[in-house]
Amino acid sequence: MSGKGMNLTLQIWRQKDANDKGKMVDYKVTDISEHMSFLEMMDVLNEQLVNSGEEPVAFDHDCREGICGMCSMYINGEAHGPDRGITTCQLHMRMFNDGDTITIEPFRAAAFPVIKDLVVDRMAFERIQQAGGFISVNTSGNTQDANSLPISKHAADEAMDAATCIGCGACVATCKNSSAMLFVGAKVSQYALLPQGQVEAADRVKNMVAQMDLEGFGNCTNTGACEIECPKGISLDNIARMNREFMAANIKG
Amino acid sequence: MSGILNSSIGRKIAMALSALFLIFFLIIHLAVNITSLFSADLFNELSHFMGTNPLVQFALQPVLVLGVIFHFIMGFVLEIKNKKAVGNISYKRNNGAANSSWMSRNMIYSGIAILAFLILHFIDFWVPEMNHKYIEVLPEDPTRYFGELQHKFVPIWRVAAYVVAFIFLSLHLMHGFTSSLQSMGVSAIRKKFYKNFGLVYSIVIPLGFIIIALFHHFNH
Amino acid sequence: MTLDSKVPEGPIKDKWTSYKDKINLVNPANKRHIDVIVVGTGLAGGSAAATLAELGYNVKAFAYQDSPRRAHSIAAQGGINAAKNYQGDGDSTYRLFYDTVKGGDYRSREANVYRLAEVSSNIIDQCVAQGVPFARDYGGLLDNRSFGGVLVSRTFYAKGQTGQQLLLGAYSAMNRQIARGKIEMFNRHEMLDVVIVDGKARGIIARNLITGEIERHSAHAVVVGSGGYGNVYFLSTNAMGSNATASWKIHKKGAFFANPCYTQIHPTCIPRSGDYQSKLTLMSESLRNDGRIWVPKNMEDVLAIREGRKKPTDLSEDERDYYLERRYPAFGNLVPRDVASRAAKERCDAGYGVNQTGEAVYLDFASAFERYGKEQAKIHNIKNPSKEKIIELGQAIVEAKYGNLFQMYEKIVDQNPYETPMMIYPAVHYTMGGVWVDYNLMTTIPGCYCIGEANFSDHGANRLGASALMQGLADGYFVLPYTIGDYLADDIRTGKIPTDTKEFDEAEKEVVDRINFFVNNKGTKSVDYFHKKLGKVMWDKAGMSRNAQGLTEAMAEIKAIREEFWKDVSVPGEANEMNPELEKAGRVADFLELGELFAKDALVRAESCGGHFREESAELDGPQKGEAKRNDKDFAFVSAWEYKGEPADAVLHKEELEFKDIELKQRSYK
Repeated sequence: MSGKGMNLTLQIWRQKDANDKGKMVDYKVTDISEHMSFLEMMDVLNEQLVNSGEEPVAFDHDCREGICGMCSMYINGEAHGPDRGITTCQLHMRMFNDGDTITIEPFRAAAFPVIKDLVVDRMAFERIQQAGGFISVNTSGNTQDANSLPISKHAADEAMDAATCIGCGACVATCKNSSAMLFVGAKVSQYALLPQGQVEAADRVKNMVAQMDLEGFGNCTNTGACEIECPKGISLDNIARMNREFMAANIKG
Repeated sequence: MSGILNSSIGRKIAMALSALFLIFFLIIHLAVNITSLFSADLFNELSHFMGTNPLVQFALQPVLVLGVIFHFIMGFVLEIKNKKAVGNISYKRNNGAANSSWMSRNMIYSGIAILAFLILHFIDFWVPEMNHKYIEVLPEDPTRYFGELQHKFVPIWRVAAYVVAFIFLSLHLMHGFTSSLQSMGVSAIRKKFYKNFGLVYSIVIPLGFIIIALFHHFNH
Repeated sequence: MTLDSKVPEGPIKDKWTSYKDKINLVNPANKRHIDVIVVGTGLAGGSAAATLAELGYNVKAFAYQDSPRRAHSIAAQGGINAAKNYQGDGDSTYRLFYDTVKGGDYRSREANVYRLAEVSSNIIDQCVAQGVPFARDYGGLLDNRSFGGVLVSRTFYAKGQTGQQLLLGAYSAMNRQIARGKIEMFNRHEMLDVVIVDGKARGIIARNLITGEIERHSAHAVVVGSGGYGNVYFLSTNAMGSNATASWKIHKKGAFFANPCYTQIHPTCIPRSGDYQSKLTLMSESLRNDGRIWVPKNMEDVLAIREGRKKPTDLSEDERDYYLERRYPAFGNLVPRDVASRAAKERCDAGYGVNQTGEAVYLDFASAFERYGKEQAKIHNIKNPSKEKIIELGQAIVEAKYGNLFQMYEKIVDQNPYETPMMIYPAVHYTMGGVWVDYNLMTTIPGCYCIGEANFSDHGANRLGASALMQGLADGYFVLPYTIGDYLADDIRTGKIPTDTKEFDEAEKEVVDRINFFVNNKGTKSVDYFHKKLGKVMWDKAGMSRNAQGLTEAMAEIKAIREEFWKDVSVPGEANEMNPELEKAGRVADFLELGELFAKDALVRAESCGGHFREESAELDGPQKGEAKRNDKDFAFVSAWEYKGEPADAVLHKEELEFKDIELKQRSYK
């Protein structure tokens, strides 16, 4: 635990609202502890800005423990910054050095328009889920007993792995094509792997893919960048599975 | 079919199918050409067969040409669509190397290099061939192919152009091989077997062509 | 006004069934003429919104995040309880009911808890049907784990992300209704007031957090499921945005606020590292199954460790104080949450805290490595294994059990917990208190309901592990959708509620005035400055242990902070734009009132119960000396506070708690 902190230059995207052109602005922060999280460093900057009467930098964040999927910064050219398997809120300042210049930009994609500064609109993800990301069962409580439908441990575990997606959008932000296939693949896979999801499987994948295209996400070219940057390690296998599901759904007609 | 091509996954699958077809074609092409290293007669015989067999000429050849054209056009279509999806503002700082290979991020450029080469290649071989057979309708000589091949590789600039083009082909295949399988629903990108197989393929095939070009340059 | 809990007559096990059979229903054709507003879309609000929409009501749902799936229910790790008895270990509805009432230190309402236990099984069926990927065993059936010191295995889980999976399940049910147009979803909207027309809740005023626009929304009923108020402490394991504003606004308009002082402080959180800290991170309670908690015996060692001259591993067994094992030989490191938390505080207050801030104790796995390692060596038939080999084998077992937690710890603290003991410290985690509701989950405002952590009813003075998720979903899926029909049956001829009335005008004006005050105040101190100050008072004087003097001081200090806040707060930016500082200002203003009521409630409750420990109410001698002492004779009631302007003027209403089916006992862990 060193007493002296880091001095850093931050280059941050500032944009007043959706219509503003936006630009990069430089800020200085001093005496930053290496034990701070990245967002705590941003808090320090914002406190500094508020105290000098300036508008603080708007950024999305909520749980600050890597599960809500709100935080979404593109730091030094990578979604959620240079560390692996984490969200922005779990990134710590020990990943940086005294004197560094850190570039902080919003997640970018035509389908993720900037709302303000580093806050982007990810409603496209919600609309894709509304197109079919559910099982049509009423919450009546009159469903069959949970254990009347055995599901192999393997399928349940794989479905769980797909379901860990937090919908942060790092996959889109990092993709050179702004493709959302890792997200959609994970959502399609979770249900495709479970027997409960079979009844609506064909319609689900067709509808969700159609909505994904409608939202203006790009085409996957299998660079694999999404999987590397995904804070939850969602596997590319989910994209392959979605491709299979899509082919099968279209062949069946 | 057009309905499928309207969807992102449909386009992806179509791209992958044309790629896999071309990957297969490259094997045939190399298999024929490699014979020129050790037997002019065998090379002539195979070339003659390929050049005159009606099934090859009037069924496979148009499919190949269409396949090549489709693959290129689709490549450009996807690139344009993807640029649109990315939007007008790009990152001020983007560290693509941190999460993906150079090959995967630059398929369009390796593809353009291959396209440039293909134009040269068509002018070199395919146009004279078409001219020979269908326009001027010159008398068929089943032994002409080997000589023509040797002749083409005399100028060093052409050999150099071929070598460079094959390096790009290799780079293109290093991503393209597993990528096309992945698009077809096979989890190939992160699987050792497919990765290794793809790597061997994407080195061996272009290397074969390079050896042929160099061989004939130094042995005419 | 007298409190009527409206608990139905009859034996406890038949109450809910016979009540459901008799309440009014709304005909399906009429439901489409009825609007319901749901504020908050976590497990409780999300499940309620989905179910109400399925039934046919027009639902308007509000979330301050950009999507319901980001609500803080998502952060729950461990699991969800249900009395399925799949393990055949003697579980039953009654046993879950009993454990929950006992765990809550006999301060919850019996009938509500029994109903919760009763519907718990349905939740699991429902979630499986929705596609929630619960953990399974090799036979394909659902797996269970045991949790929080109960005697059966009744906890269903999805890895360490049960809350996430259940929330995504509820959200998928919502999505189906959003797609059908039955739920109109208002993301990035914050409710800033409730509108009362003719004594009934008939709408809300909300702010669009993107444009800053103030909107009026009307409905025939308003449901608040906006979570707990742990952020009154500034530092908690809650999300940054978690707030009490919706609950507090309805309180100010007539809803009584119950038991605000019941807070759960979780013992195994990662300690604070400095003043910049923005929130605390919880690590699953399960770690205490294998970790031993200690601090150094001698003050020299404490100082040496703080100054970096010694490492914890340098200390011999004799130099360590395993204080839980010392004080509670029967339960040792597995005492309940409140006891473990207080014991850690006691040692740190005495100066034995092991980090720079003096607020950390060790959670040591060294003996678990050794124990598991020896076991493994036997299993693998390794003769005379070296010490290193044993440790290596043991670490592999610990990694399989807690690998993800160890990794999380290392990411945050940058120390390898396999090599040096973890440091932990208690943190505010959950609030059992909340808006008072009757058996129908209706507040004291007719037509205004409160569900999930936001209400007070089911957990008494202390919540058991894995029952927060259970309560949220029970309220939303299986309780509220029935009880609300009984109220709405009278509204089938009401027609659409107009928003151009004087009640809406007044409510909107109040909201707008307050916003304008903030953006025009141009004070000198940031919102966080006041929030941190409030948090410090709360933690120091209304935290893990409380006394009359401290609480009296806290009330005065909070009042002073509040007055300073209204004079000197600085909120940059405009009202009509996205303005996170403005959002925070409104929330902290409410916390500054709630905090004082909290202290007042704690002052009135001169007994120790559950998470509320009053120093004056401890056992004076005998084997239990120093332990919490509950006082059932004088305090077996719910404190329901009526708003009267200043928090200090709030009026106490008591709901006496009757225990017909459970015998009251003092807890003992010695």
